[in-house]
Amino acid sequence: MMLLPCPHCGPRNEDEFICWSEATPRRPADPSALSDEAWVDYVYNHDNIKGWSAEQWFHARGCGRWIVFERHTVTHEIRPAARGDD
Amino acid sequence: MISRGPFRAPTGGDIDRSRQLEFSFDARRLYGHPGDTLASALLANGVRIVGRSFKYHRPRGIVTHWVDEPNALVQLVGRDDEPNVRATTLPLTNGLQARSVNRWPSLGFDIGVLNDLLAPLFPAGFYYKTFMGGPGWNFFGPIIRRLAGLGVAPRRPGEHHYEKRFHHCDLLVVGAGPAGLMAALTAAARVARVMLVDDRREPGGQLIEDGDLINGVPGGEWVSEISGQLAERPNVVHLQNTTCVGYYDHNFLTVVEQNSSPNWPSPSWLHERLWKVRARRVLLCTGAAERPLVFADNDRPGVMQLQSALGYVKRYGVLVGRRAVVFANNDSAYPVVDELARLGIEIVAVVDVRTQSPSVPAAAEHLLGHAVVGIEGSDGLTAAIVEPLGGGKTRILGCDTVLMSGGWDPRVQLASQTGARPIYDAELATFVPGDPIQAESSAGAARDQFGLAQCLRDGGRRADAALDALGFPPAESIALPEVEAGTPYRTESAWQLPGKSRRRAFVDFQNDVTSKDIEQARRENLVSVEHVKRYTTTGMGTDQGKLGNINAIGLLAQGLDKSPGEVGTTTYRPPYTALSFGAITGNDIHELVVPARRTSMTDWIEAQGAQMFEAGSNYRRPSYFPRAGEDMQAAIAREARACRQSVGIYDGSPLGKFELQGPDVVSFLERIYTNRWANLRVGQGRFGLMLREDGRILDDGVTFRLDEGRYWMFCGTGSADHVQMHMERLLALEWPELEVYCLRVTSQWSNVCICGPKAREVLRAAGTDVDSSHSALPFMGLTIGHVAGIPARVARVGYTGETSFEINVPARQGMALWQALMSAGDPFDITPVGSEASMVMRCEKGFVAAGYEGDGIVNPYDAGLGWAVDESKPDFIGKRSLARDRNVGGIRPSVVGLLPHDTGFVPPDGTPLVDGPLLDGESPDGMPRVVGYVTQGCFSPNLERAIALAVVDAGRDRIGDEIIAAAQIGRGAVRVVPPCFIDPEGARMRGPGNEAADG
Repeated sequence: MMLLPCPHCGPRNEDEFICWSEATPRRPADPSALSDEAWVDYVYNHDNIKGWSAEQWFHARGCGRWIVFERHTVTHEIRPAARGDD
Repeated sequence: MISRGPFRAPTGGDIDRSRQLEFSFDARRLYGHPGDTLASALLANGVRIVGRSFKYHRPRGIVTHWVDEPNALVQLVGRDDEPNVRATTLPLTNGLQARSVNRWPSLGFDIGVLNDLLAPLFPAGFYYKTFMGGPGWNFFGPIIRRLAGLGVAPRRPGEHHYEKRFHHCDLLVVGAGPAGLMAALTAAARVARVMLVDDRREPGGQLIEDGDLINGVPGGEWVSEISGQLAERPNVVHLQNTTCVGYYDHNFLTVVEQNSSPNWPSPSWLHERLWKVRARRVLLCTGAAERPLVFADNDRPGVMQLQSALGYVKRYGVLVGRRAVVFANNDSAYPVVDELARLGIEIVAVVDVRTQSPSVPAAAEHLLGHAVVGIEGSDGLTAAIVEPLGGGKTRILGCDTVLMSGGWDPRVQLASQTGARPIYDAELATFVPGDPIQAESSAGAARDQFGLAQCLRDGGRRADAALDALGFPPAESIALPEVEAGTPYRTESAWQLPGKSRRRAFVDFQNDVTSKDIEQARRENLVSVEHVKRYTTTGMGTDQGKLGNINAIGLLAQGLDKSPGEVGTTTYRPPYTALSFGAITGNDIHELVVPARRTSMTDWIEAQGAQMFEAGSNYRRPSYFPRAGEDMQAAIAREARACRQSVGIYDGSPLGKFELQGPDVVSFLERIYTNRWANLRVGQGRFGLMLREDGRILDDGVTFRLDEGRYWMFCGTGSADHVQMHMERLLALEWPELEVYCLRVTSQWSNVCICGPKAREVLRAAGTDVDSSHSALPFMGLTIGHVAGIPARVARVGYTGETSFEINVPARQGMALWQALMSAGDPFDITPVGSEASMVMRCEKGFVAAGYEGDGIVNPYDAGLGWAVDESKPDFIGKRSLARDRNVGGIRPSVVGLLPHDTGFVPPDGTPLVDGPLLDGESPDGMPRVVGYVTQGCFSPNLERAIALAVVDAGRDRIGDEIIAAAQIGRGAVRVVPPCFIDPEGARMRGPGNEAADG
């Protein structure tokens, strides 16, 4: 049970959160400019990093905010979060 | 009172000899004392055989005196009804009934012992090799399981109470032996929040058994004094009978406390409490476990761990035998031998594999460089067979017990659960904890400090180091207690011992794994310890290899000509000892597993006798309202007819609701919905379709414009969580430049829907200042006013295809509104409607439902919702994927209606739809061609026939075709039709309805 430093609520148990996905690149400003291949890559493919990985977490049973944490996928170390809505 | 049991020592042990407890084992009536475990009471009564082994059905006896026990697993029957209980840790209670396992027909004579005689046919991997072929495991499995099963699962619900509790502390000390007590004392003095847990009934660990003096007094007295000091500290939580079973990420540990009350078990008492502990630092003072020696016949009843023999006499006043042969490879055995001799066990001989060792009591023979190579007596031990290691004359030493000591293994399980790989210490010939990964360290014997003095010092030092790391100010140091210098610990590994070819040496008693099995696995080229574990099943029993693992690793290493360190340990995972399901679930049972959400009307609805179901987002909703003598179908039909012919009333409160505010709401809606929002006027609503980025339907619902920058959004009951996450994610992470505030208001509003030709009349009869005429409140319109004197938002929307009004009032006034509408509707026979009838009506209308037709595969065009998609907008979530769907091409599924030929045949939801003729489940070319499936089938009371909605490949091009619904309840031909069975023009829902008639 990881302890995640929510910037709004303080350190909270992992089971209050929903881990959504890797923090993929921002949504393309003009998706119609992308080829099908590039679009599919954006929608479906993740890097599945071994090591430090930025991830989007939703504090479902807390403040209801989205937070990006950096998590080491091997050791489960967590780096201080950037506020998702700043 | 006389002590019962022939093996009870005249004095000693922490038992209450003044009281007697009656218990039964295999229907034999026996007696023990308060303070006994089941195992100590059995031994006191001379019960040697307590079970049969798993595979060979060899008779087995008690080997240990605590959690490491592989053999003495019993089935509790009668009052307790619990399988696989360790007799060595189970406190004896009056009336306890226990049975041995793995024996048939009886413990004394077991037909499965044939397996033992046929053992050459049962090598490692035998089950894999033999039973996966031929008729296969599905045939053999049940037979083998009947022969091999350990216990029987409880047949009735448990009566005990359990609970869970969170706890935070600066330092969690696991183990209250000498190291743990010193650590807790040190940390307490530094005013840290300390938690000290220990699995024994009383603290002190091995000190209670070994009998050393501390500060000139017996160890037990010192332990009592320290416990007393800790009890006075408000910053210390000290729990005995409490096991730390799991070590998880970020210093989260699970700790199971068992009720130690003398009045237990009374069903009304709390049985176990699961502590979920978040500790800033953890100190593992879990001690070390004595290792068995792998010699021939080492599983015979009467062969036992040396330290356990001492434990039984010191803790319970029980002599495990009268004449003992001791077999050892280390110096720690010698003080124990002295103590046992002093306590009245005759030591026949001490056999040591080494050539140098301390001395032995005068009466005992000392055989250096020797090994025990066999045991005489399978049901009652009569002698040990001893041989010089280099070969030579075999001797037979008469005895009734053989006590083995193969050295000490630090209990590294919890440290290893953190991911820290144990490392091999050649001098100690065992594994010690690896470099910490989490904020923990080990102290005392759990690390590598085997002497009492070392443990006391290490406990204090390590606690100080932990608190230094946390920044606690120093305190006056705790005086180190004075102890006599003990024997230094020396050992020599003895993995492979000589033996007679037909006698087996056991590595894992519970799973019947022998040294030959390890050897064979290696010969079959399984060189990874993880593979050897799975192939031979060593370490896979309920004891999780607490006794056998290190020997298995040593034997494998020796065979591979490597160091055990190179072979490494298998991965230790939680739990350290088995914990009950009761402890895991705690109070989360029955209705508390997921507390149901209720609306203002739920009490009333339940009082009507409605059939309730879980409707998503944990709301309980009515399925239907059966009247006396009505079955489900009749009730649904009556409710659905009422909505089409008169008026129905429906509690829509669980519908997801959001209020959106801010200057950028319109841009936001344009981006998350597929259709246009800029031109929506205040007081109007619009159906919106929300896609995921992959172009699939996420949700649909109506959103109203309340004011310039203020919108009110409805979504599906079960999808509110997803919709909220979706919107908040986009606002926070993708479009932070948009100023939109999204407030979830689902439970702020009661929503009552009245629908049917008489709905408008009911609304007016209830009393309202809202002009509900068609011109003032057209379809999709919203007006704010009052209904029955209650402030209300009245919307003209619906999901049934009839004239419908959704009246929204503040949540707590919902029931007042409901009652007013019921009274006003009485002349029209207003009918409460459940979700089943609602779904029947939406099926009649072909309204797409997320979770039915919106199955995560169909896109809006497939669903027939292309009218709600405006691809002329520059962008919206999912738009690009819709373009890709077209680029990819191929056959798309579409939503269609089905009319079964047999008007009474209702194909159940999920029924596969098959193309072409179907003969015994196969089409002419060999395989049935599945072209789709039924999303909802129902009997339409308004059409008086079966209808269904379905998703069919290229379904829109197949209108008029006949296909087969291949349901398990039977097959039927169905005709593909457009997905709307009633009022396809929508005049009843959108039009003025019976307004003219209203006058």
